[in-house]
Amino acid sequence: MKKWLLTGVASAAIFAAAGAGASDIKQGGSMIVTYKDDVSTLDPAIGYDWQNWSMIKSLFDGLMDYKPGTTELVPDLAESFEISDDGLVYTFTLRQGVKFHNGREMTAKDVKYSLDRVANPKTQSPGAGFFGSIKGFDEASSGSAEGLSGVEAVDDNTIRVTLARPDATFLHVMALNFASVVPEESVAEHGADFGTNPVGTGAYKMTDWTRGQHVIFERNADYYQAGLPKLDKITFEVGQEPIVALLRLERGEVDIAGDGIPPAKFLETMKDPKFKDQIVEGKQLHTGYVTMNVKMKPFDDVRVRKAVAMAINKDRIVRIINGRAVTANQPLPPLMPGYDSDYSGQPYDVAGAKTLMADAGMADGFTTELYVANTDPQPRIAQAIQQDLAGIGIKVELRSLAQSNVIAAGGEEDQAPMIWSGGMAWIADFPDPSNFYGPILGCGGAVQGGWNWSWYCNAELDERAKKADAMTDPSQADARIEEWKAIFTAIQEEAPWVPIFNEQRFTIRSDRLDGPDGIFVDPVHIPVHYDHVFDKGVQ
Amino acid sequence: MTILGKLIRRKLSLFGLLVICGTVLAALLAPWITPYAPDYQPFEGLTIEGAPLPPNAQFWLGTDLLGRDLFSRLVYGAQTSLVIGVVANGVSVIIGSLVGIVAGFLRGAIGAILMRFTDLMMAFPALLLAIVLSAIFKPSLWIVALVIAMVNWVQVARIMYSETVSLSERDFVEAERSIGASRTRILLRHIAPHLLSSIIVFGTLGISTTVLLEATLSYLGVGVQPPTPSWGNIVFENQTWFATAPWLVFFPGMAILTLALAFNLVGDALREILDPTMKGRH
Amino acid sequence: MPAYLFRRILEAALILLGVSLVTYILLFLLPADPVRQIAGRSATAETVESIRRQLGLDLPFYEQYWRYLTSLLQGDLGRSYIQRSEVAELIAARLPASLLLMVAAICAELAMGLTMGIVSAVRRNSSTDQSLMVLSFVGVSAPQFVVGILLLYVFAYQLGWFPISGYGTFGHLVLPAMTLGFMGAGWYSRMMRSSMLNVLGQDFIRTARAKGLGKARILLRHTVPNALLPIIAMIGIDIGIFMSGIVVVESVFGWPGIGQLAWQAIQRVDIPIIMGVTLVAACAIVIGNLLADIVALFVDPRIKLK
Repeated sequence: MKKWLLTGVASAAIFAAAGAGASDIKQGGSMIVTYKDDVSTLDPAIGYDWQNWSMIKSLFDGLMDYKPGTTELVPDLAESFEISDDGLVYTFTLRQGVKFHNGREMTAKDVKYSLDRVANPKTQSPGAGFFGSIKGFDEASSGSAEGLSGVEAVDDNTIRVTLARPDATFLHVMALNFASVVPEESVAEHGADFGTNPVGTGAYKMTDWTRGQHVIFERNADYYQAGLPKLDKITFEVGQEPIVALLRLERGEVDIAGDGIPPAKFLETMKDPKFKDQIVEGKQLHTGYVTMNVKMKPFDDVRVRKAVAMAINKDRIVRIINGRAVTANQPLPPLMPGYDSDYSGQPYDVAGAKTLMADAGMADGFTTELYVANTDPQPRIAQAIQQDLAGIGIKVELRSLAQSNVIAAGGEEDQAPMIWSGGMAWIADFPDPSNFYGPILGCGGAVQGGWNWSWYCNAELDERAKKADAMTDPSQADARIEEWKAIFTAIQEEAPWVPIFNEQRFTIRSDRLDGPDGIFVDPVHIPVHYDHVFDKGVQ
Repeated sequence: MTILGKLIRRKLSLFGLLVICGTVLAALLAPWITPYAPDYQPFEGLTIEGAPLPPNAQFWLGTDLLGRDLFSRLVYGAQTSLVIGVVANGVSVIIGSLVGIVAGFLRGAIGAILMRFTDLMMAFPALLLAIVLSAIFKPSLWIVALVIAMVNWVQVARIMYSETVSLSERDFVEAERSIGASRTRILLRHIAPHLLSSIIVFGTLGISTTVLLEATLSYLGVGVQPPTPSWGNIVFENQTWFATAPWLVFFPGMAILTLALAFNLVGDALREILDPTMKGRH
Repeated sequence: MPAYLFRRILEAALILLGVSLVTYILLFLLPADPVRQIAGRSATAETVESIRRQLGLDLPFYEQYWRYLTSLLQGDLGRSYIQRSEVAELIAARLPASLLLMVAAICAELAMGLTMGIVSAVRRNSSTDQSLMVLSFVGVSAPQFVVGILLLYVFAYQLGWFPISGYGTFGHLVLPAMTLGFMGAGWYSRMMRSSMLNVLGQDFIRTARAKGLGKARILLRHTVPNALLPIIAMIGIDIGIFMSGIVVVESVFGWPGIGQLAWQAIQRVDIPIIMGVTLVAACAIVIGNLLADIVALFVDPRIKLK
């Protein structure tokens, strides 16, 4: 039995990590954040878009979380946890005295209820599949059993989770929004409308939601982390066009433009000296890639796939989007553990690509289709790819469609020969390489309606992936990452994807606000870690 | 004197005719009069930061967000936009007028059925139809032209109906009826000419709206796909850039405006030449 | 009249039924699977099937439609697949803003459009007429996004006369209404001009002139009222257009109307919202056209009900 005792992580450690001027930052003040789309839901079991992801994180807590601005796991509502030697039993000791926004104290029963709720098919949670390694998941998700047999509330402060198979990503799963702790009585009271009446244990509580106009968060005075959150109030204004949001930010009416800097204003804003100190740039767990359907001719030939990879001028694509990304040569983004900085992938080499095409018997080229989501700048990127491929004789016709139509086409075995992934929101759910494999490169995703649009399925690699995820012993952590690195290199040698770039994030905030840079481009709390933003005016 | 001769002798309608002929010729001769292919993305077409170039000696009307020559794209775009703005829009105005006039003149059960069908089509979710068609068919200019012709006639029909109903109750129509004029004669000699001016309004302003509607429908995937240019999609793609790169919106916008105005000038002149009731009057 | 009204309301119900059926068929034909979207990327096949059963999406088409129709009659528009809220509630929250903007925009386009049209007709073929013609075509041809942002930049950002965006006060309403009005004014102005010219050529106007009535009196008492008929029909059409959503203007000015809801739903294939918004828009169109027909009866008493 290994004991992982992690106490007192709370504020002090987090601040040290975030590199801020420690905990003497005063609380108070407020900010206004704008978004174009209305907030869809704040139910942690359901919310799954990049806009509500971070909002939910401020309203709710789970057993685990990440150090602000980083991808490093830390306990949250759990005070400490133990992992059994076989890696199958996790015992969490809960922090005491944590209260829900309704005033009731949170207990282990609530944790059990929350996990059962996500697995229950009636909840219709898009995140239910993440909990597949917990014992009893299949029975619970098919509705043949009430609740997860693998989750037990041992006493008020102890929760024990038994897994059906070793899962090295389990602690990451406990840090997902879907694993947030919710009070049963509030869910029962509001039913399906819990998403507009959220009650959690988080740093903020929601006090008003006026559809189409704004959502208001106010400071949770009972929050368990002393000194947090920094602001008294956050107003999220919705229905705001990004260009207009930027104008308002300039005038001081808005503090954070949630949708970022609109492409049309990007160069101008970046060059403007008055914004110099207000823009924060950061990496994110994102890769933009082109899939080639290996079940459709001629992409069943690895030489053709490699030729495509070598014919695309990624530098020019990055230039077209004004340098808002860095070129990529492998599926994993640089921020992800397992990224191989020594790997060079397929180089940009048009002559080499032509040779490969000739080897494959395709010297005269062929005609194919590239599917792309219709939101700017995706069609532009697709047109650049189209021109590059024309250079090696491949005539590409574009199908620029609404996002859901592209996703539907990708899920059919014989429909979309190529897809540009941009705009389809492929940002990692959690910072572990495993998350970049299963649904999008593994055999499990290569099914009708799945997300593996290249339909690449390599049973041997699947087996290796399974083994890597069974390496749960902390002493094996490095070996596991090395194995994942090798798996992704092996995949890229088969070139089912052409990785094009990793998007950079640029957050613009008003002069009134401050905080450690990392929290404005937090890789997990996307786009901003609201809890740590503070108001300069009250200091 | 022939009608064409009369049109040419009026300054404004001559201008209109020249614009229309010029546009048609440009569309037909595009490959010979453009300096670049419409989808060619030259390296020097973008700044090193990836910004489009303003009008200059090499690119007369500037370049777009992919560094392509805007002038060449506008000339090629005339092909698509003429099919939409003139053919599809023209067809929809003709359908709308026929439905509206027949319903308004006959009234009774046939009129009611036609007008309720019009109401039904007006409430029809055109954008949804576009998305469904885009998923089922290969995108093409003709599908989007069909969708536009299908959804655009309803407003014309409503207006024509209301005008025809009102006209057929007027004194001079009553008078014709009382002296035993045939219905066809009443319709053609006394009602149709009065409707001509409204038809011209719809036909010409409709050019602008349908050219822009094409861009929305193509965006949803039914119409022309990138990199094929059309005036509508050049405006649509670049409208958020108009402060940064005004040429990308100004020139295609001017093209749409000028074409619609040209048809209006010719249309107004034609009506004055053809419509006897307007003669000798201010 | 009551018999006429009764018949029209009956017809309206049939139209709504037709629209709901056509929309349902179209949504059924869409290849995008809403269940996959709800279930997420990591869902197992069993979860997907379970959700499909819960939503009744495994049933044959006619049964699904029948279910929808029966709950619709009980006032239940279902729940959004993505937002998971009651569709009726989502629409109700945005309806007042849409109605307000519709009324303001129609006032703006009538004020601008009729003035321009009357002046054009009175000073026919003058340079004023020609300038107004060009202005009308600019209004119709200019992309609304550009017009909206320009107005916003000049009158709200630079001059500070109005708030930049939002909803609530009269000031918030002015710029979005003007943006829509500018486009609509182009149509109304051209229609009014052509209608006025038709009326001016008629015998009763000549008679009035011969009787020596004042120019202003002829214009206001005889010409304008008689020229309004097609304008009334156009207002009826506009009610439908505005209620089905004016996406661009709403998003530029942060106006919480139906349009943004509809556009997002179309892009994400949120079927219950698409159905709900389409039906609301259909109601608006039917009501708008009915009102136009009734008003026309009062304006032009010669029209008899047949």
